[in-house]
Amino acid sequence: MAALLGRFCRKLSFPSSSHGARRVSTTACESETGKPLNLYSAINQALHIALDTDPRSYVFGEDVGFGGVFRCTTGLSERFGKNRVFNTPLCEQGIVGFGIGLAAMGNRAIVEIQFADYIYPAFDQIVNEAAKFRYRSGNQFNCGGLTIRAPYGAVGHGGHYHSQSPEAFFCHVPGIKVVIPRSPREAKGLLLSCIRDPNPVVFFEPKWLYRQAVEQVPEHDYMIPLSEAEVIREGNDITLVGWGAQLTIMEQACLDAEKEGISCELIDLKTLLPWDKETVEASVKKTGRLLISHEAPVTGGFGAEISATILERCFLKLEAPVSRVCGLDTPFPLVFEPFYMPTKNKILDAIKSTVNY
Amino acid sequence: MALLLRSSSSKSNLLNVFRHNLGFGSRSHVTRYLRQHITLGPPLRVSQSPISRFCNTMIEKLSTIGEHEDSNDQVMNFPGGKVAFTPEIQFISESSKERVPCYRVLDGNGQLITNSQFVQVSEEVGVKIYSNMVTLQIMDNVFYEAQRQGRLSFYATAIGEEAINIGSAAALTPEDVIFPQYREPGPLLWRGFTLQEFANQCFGNKSDYGKGRQMPIHYGSNKLNYFTVSATIATQLPNAVGAAYSLKMDRKDACAVTYFGDGGSSEGDCHAALNFAAVMEAPVLFICRNNGWAISTPTSDQFRSDGVVVKGRAYGIRSIRVDGNDALAMYSAVHAAREMAVREQRPILIEALTYRVGHHSTSDDSTRYRSTDEIEWWNKARNPLSRFRKWIGSNGWWSDEMELDLRSRIKKEMLEAIRVAEKTEKPNLKNMFSDVYDVPPSNLKEQELLVRQTIKSHPQDYPSYVPL
Repeated sequence: MAALLGRFCRKLSFPSSSHGARRVSTTACESETGKPLNLYSAINQALHIALDTDPRSYVFGEDVGFGGVFRCTTGLSERFGKNRVFNTPLCEQGIVGFGIGLAAMGNRAIVEIQFADYIYPAFDQIVNEAAKFRYRSGNQFNCGGLTIRAPYGAVGHGGHYHSQSPEAFFCHVPGIKVVIPRSPREAKGLLLSCIRDPNPVVFFEPKWLYRQAVEQVPEHDYMIPLSEAEVIREGNDITLVGWGAQLTIMEQACLDAEKEGISCELIDLKTLLPWDKETVEASVKKTGRLLISHEAPVTGGFGAEISATILERCFLKLEAPVSRVCGLDTPFPLVFEPFYMPTKNKILDAIKSTVNY
Repeated sequence: MALLLRSSSSKSNLLNVFRHNLGFGSRSHVTRYLRQHITLGPPLRVSQSPISRFCNTMIEKLSTIGEHEDSNDQVMNFPGGKVAFTPEIQFISESSKERVPCYRVLDGNGQLITNSQFVQVSEEVGVKIYSNMVTLQIMDNVFYEAQRQGRLSFYATAIGEEAINIGSAAALTPEDVIFPQYREPGPLLWRGFTLQEFANQCFGNKSDYGKGRQMPIHYGSNKLNYFTVSATIATQLPNAVGAAYSLKMDRKDACAVTYFGDGGSSEGDCHAALNFAAVMEAPVLFICRNNGWAISTPTSDQFRSDGVVVKGRAYGIRSIRVDGNDALAMYSAVHAAREMAVREQRPILIEALTYRVGHHSTSDDSTRYRSTDEIEWWNKARNPLSRFRKWIGSNGWWSDEMELDLRSRIKKEMLEAIRVAEKTEKPNLKNMFSDVYDVPPSNLKEQELLVRQTIKSHPQDYPSYVPL
């Protein structure tokens, strides 16, 4: 099992060498050296670097002091002190509201929400304050130094309140950015970009990969650009778009499809808001087919936005309807999780029916 | 001696019976007595009688009680610290017998109350406070009328709350950062925001610092350390705490100040902010304008506590209740609070009692839910301006002549400010798309192009006063 995961994770760490693809991630390519790290360790490294490089940066949230429930903040309070890395009371609206105020004074406020499932009390602060802070003030003020991190996604036993993928709610809010990494190396580079981006960002971390995903992560300070999607696997017959942990599943489907003679192009969107339409458009114009997959429920999910946009831009090039293989329209169930999830075979079936349309 | 056989309470019932019958003051006295006087031999072998068996068991139990209690005495260490025990069932009353008293310095006639404690103001400051109160009052009246005439889309006055607005502002330093709700233009005025600048925002013209994006009264000024108003209630409270923490970490001689109303005190963000401020030991002043009304909702429908001041203690925050219509008391209280906040790095809660004389806004007619008599009484008998005027007058700092002079000057200035603001052109359309992010992303660039194309095709759909 570990070997299998290790193989897939090594696949995920392919530097993208695709010609014809719009964008290739080159920032981390030069030095593939580094230690094998899992996701929470990579995030931890990013946080260490962020706090080290900016003395006016802070990390806070519930239980971050001792290292956090997922170990992402290990060692930070010991190294940077309790004034910069601290526990907050159990109150998400307070955590984010406080973070906005701190950021508004020119600091970097790196906030942790313990599970994305609990982010909703902070929704008002995020939508009505953070997202509009710069605009409503005529750019006299901004809270660009705010980064909100939250673990999201299925873990196999999380049920309603430890498995949610709420990204779609946030993608509907002009003024913030939404970023989701697929792997440890990506997470470190993307998180550092988010922290340093002059806009408030929500960063969802695929909790399933905190320990499961291991890859070579360069030890130095590097950033991966936001709003640039990456073609992580080239192909000609169909374009698949996803983000976060779902890419691992999609990649397995691509491998199986290949055995049946279907060549799949797989794109990691990385930033959902603002998203890189050009890369997806170029790919779909080449393949003529699109499949989107995400864990969040299909209705109103972010796949709908991608589908509508690509339809507008690539209508005449499409050979088949856009396919969405997503979570079902139920609260995230416990016992029924295997039925709820967009599994490899669901994706494979959809690839085949799209190709054979 | 009554034998009560409900086992879980039988011990304590028996002890209470002993207490009652034998006149002991407390249970521990009883147990000590029992231990001294009941000799414990080996348990009596089972006799046939259940009552004897019961008695033996009870004697054994009773004689061991005292040991257990006495060794832990009167207090116990729980997480959070030592707590004394009490054997009495006593609920903390939902309210004190007396309401928290209200700090005031000037009586209804503007006379200094004997033995009152206050911070002395110089003639210059006293006159500036009064002048600003008058300016605020006139500004509010002129803008309100302008809205009624259809020249402004919307307005909300602070009539009746001038003493809170200016009295508090005067006690702050320019470095203290302000997070307002929306009924506090006073601190902006105090710090030098001009009537023209107010008018520009209300008319949303190209000189509006907010670039025409928000409704009137949503002022903001980074130069004057006054964060832009947002209409959402109480969201500014946790923001202020974060800002205060920044000041604390940067070791600034400054605090954060945030205002909210009686209605705002019900919001979750208020609870969140107070709790955070206490835990973070943040130098922030929470100034509540308890003006009796949240639109049409009186405070009796808002909370059942003794106002807002008592909530401070629940969070471990030092608090004070002030007469919000007494400018000198406001000034003194805020002055003292600010000093404590900065010197001791702690939050302070100030509840300023007042009355919202105006309607909630120009979209409201408050005579529909309260009597005109009530409004009139507060406007006349409890007017904060006349009260303070009497005091500066009695100090020889003010005269009728100065009053007339000031009022006519400000009125003229206001009318001119409106005239100019009205005819200043609106911000360019490109300001709709800028500042959503630091730089416009591709989707916004695309949308601006599309909108401009649409404008060319259907110019009649779009207001000509927005320059393209």
